[in-house]
Amino acid sequence: MNTMLDAKTLKTVRPDATWPTLLDCAAKEVFKIMVQTDIATMPNSEDGTPTGDTTAMVGLAGALCGVLSIRCTSHTAENITGRMLGTTGAVKPSEVPDAIAEICNMVAGNFKAKISMLAEHCMLSVPMVIRGDDYEMVTIANGAHIALCLEYDGKPIWVCLAAHP
Amino acid sequence: MSKQRILIVDDSSVMRKIIERSLRQAGLEQAEVVEAGNGIEALAQVREGVFDLILSDINMPAMDGIEFLRQLATIESTKSVPVVMVTTEGSESRVVEALSIGAKGYIRKPFTPDQIKERVIPLLGVLR
Repeated sequence: MNTMLDAKTLKTVRPDATWPTLLDCAAKEVFKIMVQTDIATMPNSEDGTPTGDTTAMVGLAGALCGVLSIRCTSHTAENITGRMLGTTGAVKPSEVPDAIAEICNMVAGNFKAKISMLAEHCMLSVPMVIRGDDYEMVTIANGAHIALCLEYDGKPIWVCLAAHP
Repeated sequence: MSKQRILIVDDSSVMRKIIERSLRQAGLEQAEVVEAGNGIEALAQVREGVFDLILSDINMPAMDGIEFLRQLATIESTKSVPVVMVTTEGSESRVVEALSIGAKGYIRKPFTPDQIKERVIPLLGVLR
């Protein structure tokens, strides 16, 4: 049995007031190291709705159940991919979802590593990517939801965590 | 000195490229790098040829890095090949599990090229 998800020892971890800051920090660290870019918190974005036609998602299971997602435009996703690969020219279309999925995976991993109970008792799914913007993300009723809007080259990148209650 | 052969196992082709670039930056410009997208593909590669080092992700579809390590330990010709885990996995127990099966170290994503160099070069015993 996987001890990480042993039901007898598993305790649910509840989001608290520090989580938005930890998620913000986790995302900024990943972009700094893997994309060689400093991203900033976008001002006046508290009430905004995530937009963009590229969404990467990673599921979390265990002490915290939910989904962490990153959403941006395809143009921004292509730019991120190019910087990750260190290329100045065009990137292969197939590499873009791969790169954004990996960024999402690393942000999720980095975030849970910052919370002691999650580091040991929460597992990540293999990431997936949605292309297109004609959809609505319905979050779980009464669950916690954190939505951060970060600025990358003047464009928004949304980092969201929807957690089960 | 013979050219090193290094196997990179990760389900992300972008991550495989980033790891390869980091290896080149670490001084392994001449190394022959072979890629695999999961543990099953990696096992096929190690049965076909000899490697000086394996860098493997943990969370992968089809066969994850832990099972790959277990399988690797059963193959006589690959028992001595150093394996370094490169993973987003923040769980100490998963890392300890990998080390107990035979991994020689781990690098947590996100990583810098310097971290790749620090962990990998000593295992290859070159470019000190």
